[in-house]
Amino acid sequence: MTVQELEGYHGQVLQQLRKSKAKVGSIIRLTSKSGEVFEGTLIPRSEYSDQTHIVLKMKNGYNIGISLDRTEKLEVIGQGEKPHFTKPSPPANHVGLPRVAIVSTGGTIASRVDYRTGAVQPALTAADLASVVPELSAIAEIDAHILFSEYSENIGPTHWKGMAEEVAKKIADGAEGVVISHGTDTLHYTAAALSFALANLPVPVLLVGAQRSSDRPSSDAASNLTGAVALAGRADMALVGVAMHQDLSDHIIVAHRGTRVRKCHTSRRDAFKSINSTPIASYDLKTGHIEMTNGIPKRDKSRKLALKSRFDQHAYLIKFYPGFNTGIIASAVSAGTRGIVLEGTGLGHVSRHLFDSLKKALKQDLPIFMASQTIWGRVDMNVYNTGRDLLNLGVTPLEDMIAETAIVKLMWVAAQTKSADKIREMMLRPIAGEMTSRTLVEAS
Amino acid sequence: MNPEALDVALTMSMLLHAKPMDEIHVMRKVVIDGSNTTGFQRTAVIALNGSITVDGVEVPIEQVTLEEDAGRKTGDTKTSVIFRLDRLGVPLIEVSTGPIIHDPEQAGKVAFAIGRVLRATKKVKRGLGSIRQDLNVSIKNGALIEIKGVQELELVSKAVGYEVQRQIGLLEIRDELRQRNVKASDIKEEFVDVTNILASSQSKIVESALDQGGVVMALKLPGFKGLLKRELIPNIRLGTEMAKRAVFWGRVGGIFHSDELPAYGIDSSHVEEVAKALGCGELDGFVIVADNLDDAKDGLRAAVERAREAAERVPEETRGANPDGTTVYLRPRPGAARMYPETDVPPVQIGQDRLERLWENLPRMPEELAKELETKHSLSPKLASQLVDSDYLPAFEEIVAGAKSVAPSFVATILTESLRSLQREQVPVENVREDQLKQAFDLVSKGETAKESVLDVLRWLAFHPDGAAEEAVEMLNLQMVTKSDLENIISKVVESNQTLVQENGTKALGRMMNLVMAEVRGRADPRQVTELLKTRLEKVKE
Repeated sequence: MTVQELEGYHGQVLQQLRKSKAKVGSIIRLTSKSGEVFEGTLIPRSEYSDQTHIVLKMKNGYNIGISLDRTEKLEVIGQGEKPHFTKPSPPANHVGLPRVAIVSTGGTIASRVDYRTGAVQPALTAADLASVVPELSAIAEIDAHILFSEYSENIGPTHWKGMAEEVAKKIADGAEGVVISHGTDTLHYTAAALSFALANLPVPVLLVGAQRSSDRPSSDAASNLTGAVALAGRADMALVGVAMHQDLSDHIIVAHRGTRVRKCHTSRRDAFKSINSTPIASYDLKTGHIEMTNGIPKRDKSRKLALKSRFDQHAYLIKFYPGFNTGIIASAVSAGTRGIVLEGTGLGHVSRHLFDSLKKALKQDLPIFMASQTIWGRVDMNVYNTGRDLLNLGVTPLEDMIAETAIVKLMWVAAQTKSADKIREMMLRPIAGEMTSRTLVEAS
Repeated sequence: MNPEALDVALTMSMLLHAKPMDEIHVMRKVVIDGSNTTGFQRTAVIALNGSITVDGVEVPIEQVTLEEDAGRKTGDTKTSVIFRLDRLGVPLIEVSTGPIIHDPEQAGKVAFAIGRVLRATKKVKRGLGSIRQDLNVSIKNGALIEIKGVQELELVSKAVGYEVQRQIGLLEIRDELRQRNVKASDIKEEFVDVTNILASSQSKIVESALDQGGVVMALKLPGFKGLLKRELIPNIRLGTEMAKRAVFWGRVGGIFHSDELPAYGIDSSHVEEVAKALGCGELDGFVIVADNLDDAKDGLRAAVERAREAAERVPEETRGANPDGTTVYLRPRPGAARMYPETDVPPVQIGQDRLERLWENLPRMPEELAKELETKHSLSPKLASQLVDSDYLPAFEEIVAGAKSVAPSFVATILTESLRSLQREQVPVENVREDQLKQAFDLVSKGETAKESVLDVLRWLAFHPDGAAEEAVEMLNLQMVTKSDLENIISKVVESNQTLVQENGTKALGRMMNLVMAEVRGRADPRQVTELLKTRLEKVKE
């Protein structure tokens, strides 16, 4: 990939640069109307910048922006190097290592920076990956490729389906573990979706992301990827999980169960937490030691994967808050939803002002479920009058299932059955470890 | 980007006649020592091509940058470094002069002059470390060395002087190696395991390394005998330089070199055996490291590199200043390659409006400022100039604005001469915060304590940084005496000196005054004492 010749420049500046035969990477001398002289390499301009400045990288490494209005003369005095990325040689093959497939869906979990221009190139192929994260080739035999390239906020049920099918293919091809790199914002929704879509897994499937992009020294990209590949290749488990930093140090990568994990911080490297449960496995980056929690489904290559990758988007997750407009419930019903998950307060409550609109919806046999917006803990609607009233109306409490998992499960369940009764029954049946009747104190 | 920080940096640029950029681009400068939690420091060029006149000579100011301060290192162990993060992210203005300062003394003067301009913005915080000098020193045939963390102005010329001396010393060593016909390529990356030889030594370091499953590795340094112990600057030898490198790259505790042995529990038989194992000749030296195998090898690799450099040149380095002006190796000198764009901060356009606003509000330069203080507050030229050069100018203005009935010249004297004399008495006056200074003068202004008490209050506060001025007044018993208490004291003094009063009548005033003042000095207004005493004496006369 090369950077476009005059990337980011528009209008007058672009014309002027073209006229002077300047390209990104050219060495430019600008003489201002007051006689000042600036020399440096022409740098690409960011997409949303104005059209009146030229950016130069000076010899000492600093970038400066000079207004075209102030410029008297613009000359190209040398052709610097264009930003380029040499293709790394393929990694050495280690015999006897587990085969791990890496499926990339977006985000730049591994990328390289051209330090002269600041251009970032994602590492996409197995060879690229190995050159950026050389540790990988000692851990597993990597088969890497891009499924698609999306920011995670753009990922939805169609992508989940695509990912599930891709995983099935990789497993059929003999992968002993699958790693999916994914933007972190909705990583936990995808993890829940794949947990339901990939039943009877013979090998582990681990989603991985980076809270800090790999162009920052504080990046967790390489360490998370290393941990995910190691756990996917070596850990004796067979389920969908999310592998990320345990704490702030580059020490332990933990795997969380796909249905019980949530992003709980905007930027910390340990943003992902197991909710109402404990992590299922951990990988020590220094020693390579893997530790497992008891009771996790084990690998079994003879197990036959059952793919159920359809989701029905006609399902709503509605968060209650003081001042909630009760009309929202009615609009959800008229929009043709097949079910609603309410994210209630505390033990599972919404204001009594909603009772009428809920009653109407429930009368039409629309399944309505309750999860809690407190994130941690279990709903219990038998404690207060409001809870009892809601139970009486026919709202179904979802035990200790987290709201994000609940909506994903509802989309999945709605695609499996047409019956409202069946939807209610399936929502309360644990399918991928998403709920338990007993929450341990150390899990909360 | 913090708009106020940018304004201060632009103001500073204007005062230094530097031309502001049209658009500011923030860069990430990679720092690998851990002092910045993100792994990079954000920095941006604000202005270029300024100048400052020092002793009639125009010194170019190449660049003014706005950066964020890093964490402060407060300690370290073998495997970790401890940082305080209280300064992390604080805006920092870096002013770089051109490479034109020719002698150490001039360097000090330029630093002082830049400091004066900084103070003129009144945005510079008081206290050690708020203005720091990084020095770039190079000599003919030497190398560009960056010295970090020179906190005191007085050290600038000293540090520069030492650095020149160090580079000359290194060049002498290089020449001597050349005479001995030692080339860089003669120094081989070949390490010999001498664990068996040194296992019997009494060295604590060796013992503890071996206890932890470590090894002792040795490296031959052909032709280095006698050069490792050569002192370049006080307490810094070529061996020290090598050791610091090994510590940095190999995370080892340190190294032993042949010029300092036998010592540290390693006796001459060990030295001989190690030399034999390495195949050392008459002029050869060696270094040994005791640590785990990986770290020991990394440490010795660093020593190889330093030895090769010794045979060729003075290596470019970033060095840290010691309190005595000597320096130690900190890290390699980074180049332009460690800088790349900070994509989280959009470029900032500096509009003409902003420049005009700042231009109109440009603070006065130190000389003008002093003149202004003279007229506005009737200060002597000397006092005004001292105030401008002190860290207390912002505090002065604040105090004078509040404590209306205290003479500005009195405040200025306390803030300059008196505080300095307290400092000479080893009173930690830097502990006294601005708000505490203000409190003290406010109490005088409100008549709650005498102005003679201010210095005692400040002395108390220096030792009680968490206290308040009011508390100091109370603890030191410096409250003003009430009128009725004062009358009682006067009565008592008059009564116990009946004879004197009887004999001299009102003429006893002077002597009685002394006696009363001895009891209430600092707690009563002498004018009031005189008045009351007069009335009392007249009463006796009647």
